[in-house]
Amino acid sequence: MSRPTPTLLQPIVIDGGRIVDPANGVDRIGRLLIIEGRIAELDPCDGDCPGDAYWIDAQQRVVAPGLVDLGAELRQPGREEDETIQTGSNAALAGGFTSVLCCSNTNPVIDSAAAVELVTQIAQRLGGVRVYPIGCLSKGREAAQMAELAILAEAGAIGFSDSPRAMPNDALLKRALDYCRMLDLPIFDRPEVPGLAEGGIMHDGQVSLVLGLKGLPTEAEDLAVARDVRLAEATKGRLHVGPVSTMGAIDMIGRVKSRGVPISASVCPQNLHGSDALLRSFDSRFKVHPPMRSPAHVESLQQAVADGTIDAIQSGHMPRAREKKGNDLDLAPFGAATLETTLAATLTDMIRTDILSWSRAIECLSTNPARIAKLDAGTLGKGAPADVTLIDPDAAWTVRPSEFLSRCQSSPMEDRELFGRVTHTIVGGRLLFVRVEESTAVV
Amino acid sequence: MDTMTQSAPLPFPSAWRDRHLLDLERLQAAELFAILSTAEQLKALTDGCRRKISLLSGKTCANLFFENSTRTRNSFSLAAKRLGADTVEFSSAGSSVAKGETFVDTAKTIEAMGVDWVVTRHQTPGTPHLLARELGCSVLNAGDGPHEHPTQGLLDILTILQHRGPRDWQSASLDPSQLLAGMTVAMVGDIAHSRTARSNIWGLKSLGADVIICGPPTLVSPRWEEIGFEVAHRLDDIVERCDVLNLLRIQFERQQTRPFPSVREYAALYAMNGDRMRRAKSDILIMAPGPINRGVEITPEVADGPHSVILEQVTNGIAVRMAALWLLSGASDIAASESNPPR
Repeated sequence: MSRPTPTLLQPIVIDGGRIVDPANGVDRIGRLLIIEGRIAELDPCDGDCPGDAYWIDAQQRVVAPGLVDLGAELRQPGREEDETIQTGSNAALAGGFTSVLCCSNTNPVIDSAAAVELVTQIAQRLGGVRVYPIGCLSKGREAAQMAELAILAEAGAIGFSDSPRAMPNDALLKRALDYCRMLDLPIFDRPEVPGLAEGGIMHDGQVSLVLGLKGLPTEAEDLAVARDVRLAEATKGRLHVGPVSTMGAIDMIGRVKSRGVPISASVCPQNLHGSDALLRSFDSRFKVHPPMRSPAHVESLQQAVADGTIDAIQSGHMPRAREKKGNDLDLAPFGAATLETTLAATLTDMIRTDILSWSRAIECLSTNPARIAKLDAGTLGKGAPADVTLIDPDAAWTVRPSEFLSRCQSSPMEDRELFGRVTHTIVGGRLLFVRVEESTAVV
Repeated sequence: MDTMTQSAPLPFPSAWRDRHLLDLERLQAAELFAILSTAEQLKALTDGCRRKISLLSGKTCANLFFENSTRTRNSFSLAAKRLGADTVEFSSAGSSVAKGETFVDTAKTIEAMGVDWVVTRHQTPGTPHLLARELGCSVLNAGDGPHEHPTQGLLDILTILQHRGPRDWQSASLDPSQLLAGMTVAMVGDIAHSRTARSNIWGLKSLGADVIICGPPTLVSPRWEEIGFEVAHRLDDIVERCDVLNLLRIQFERQQTRPFPSVREYAALYAMNGDRMRRAKSDILIMAPGPINRGVEITPEVADGPHSVILEQVTNGIAVRMAALWLLSGASDIAASESNPPR
């Protein structure tokens, strides 16, 4: 670190950057003042900036509300060989995320107030990215009985899910959607009919046919989405469906949304940027869930993000230890480290190709996820918590998983050249991550 | 009695450049021809009383079989020995794999003992490709799940060429991509779980044959048509125009659910029997990769009849595997000399 860093809660002035704040319809060059951990002013004049402020020259940078991830596995407690809250937090900060919803599939699972509080307390003690636990939807994630949802909410859970496992119990999902209306918290469902997906390794298509690998058929996802959205419509419960990966899912989500049903949906970057053809290498780094689908699905997903059918892009961060991913495809688990590449992949393949505007991209990565999770985030409006991400949009870099801050070093983007790097990540007015040229530091 | 004689080395066909034999899908017609013609030469050299030649003496072949095998394993073993190489036999049962070691680490351990080829069979598609990335020696795929079984495909094609190919099929003047032009070959049976089918279809297509994939819709995906192959769901619809029928075993052990109502119904629709033989071309070739289920995909009168070349396939298997070992040993040396040119 060659530069001085601000002291805690020292005022910060971010000067000369392109401020993109879809929540307030802002997309222009400007100046941002942060005081006492909150956004104090947009475009303050010199006289309004405190003399002891820490100035960040943001010329040629994009200044966006901190990114919000709708679901990352942090693996602690119990799966620390894959990731810890510390390493996951560092990876999130490096990827521009300031808030992360933590999946419930820890060991023990997050189905008790104690588990929620443990994750929250570890994250708060570390003082990194904001971590919001998702509570289990079913007790023990066994899909038999509802977890104590109100008690989990009281302890700090911001929603409920058994993801990445799909919910096979239709009646339980319906009851939970009904029940959660009184909590006004969302249920996140990863849609998949287990019986149709059993044993599948990759997208069920021409490539899987030729390779002899068991497929994950699109209808396994389509049927689950159909069930999910119909139950949401019937119960008027808050449902977030995702990550999705098929044309059929998009079609059903679009149809239900057009009837005014307030569901939301998300997609993972690996489903927007790569097809099942990558598995021709038999390389487990491309074994991800949902699976990379055929190019037609990829194109449809990109369009669905652009036209608003899909609300959010989530990392789908599923870190797994190297020794697990090094096994043969049957035994290697699904998963990859994606927190550090989500933004750059979106920038490279969707903004630079004019599929998304900057404003729409930030909406999908920050504003909408914050709205879905009901977080006080996703905006640079005056008085909002100062969660801010600075991005150098022209920085070209090659993905080297060995340089990840995540403990997981498996990435479907490995060796790809991407554009766009996060240079600063500010959480609650504290500058927690700085990248200066090739040097990276979590402050 | 076996005799060891010193032979003049065969030339390495220039078309063969790869260090590994992983699948047939990515091989060009010229590469297929290189193996097949080499196999024919080696078969001639090791026929009769002279069973052994010392082309590969001093080299070692490791058979790493993580799945059961009788004919393929013995065939590779005999092929190596007939060329004068030593063999190391490995089975996962009772090995360190049973103690939790990964198959990659097991393969690396065997390689560290000093082997020149690893022949591997595994239940998961892509495992030979993974080993090819991890090991320094040559890797031969002896079957990776339902993906491919390239030497089985090659021995099937060699058998077809011997019976139905041009008389001078080994002549370098012929276009290898047309060696089987005009020939209609049907793969019949459990295509979904068949590595033999997935090797045969690519090799046959590369050499110009018309390939029909035949079986019930639950075992023959319509996607094969999208890829460019003819699909048939009734053997009766195609039997009269086939030159070769390759009858695949129903792999009950790989099926999670029964893809047809009963074995009786399957046999009624797909078994090659005397009645269907009477409707077939008079010179039809009947093949099966084995083991065969008599009465299911083939009746005894057909399996043991004059059109059956099932045992010839087994004999050709040794020749093809000798050719593969020989070519890979040369390709390996060539690759090494190219990456480390002499000073």
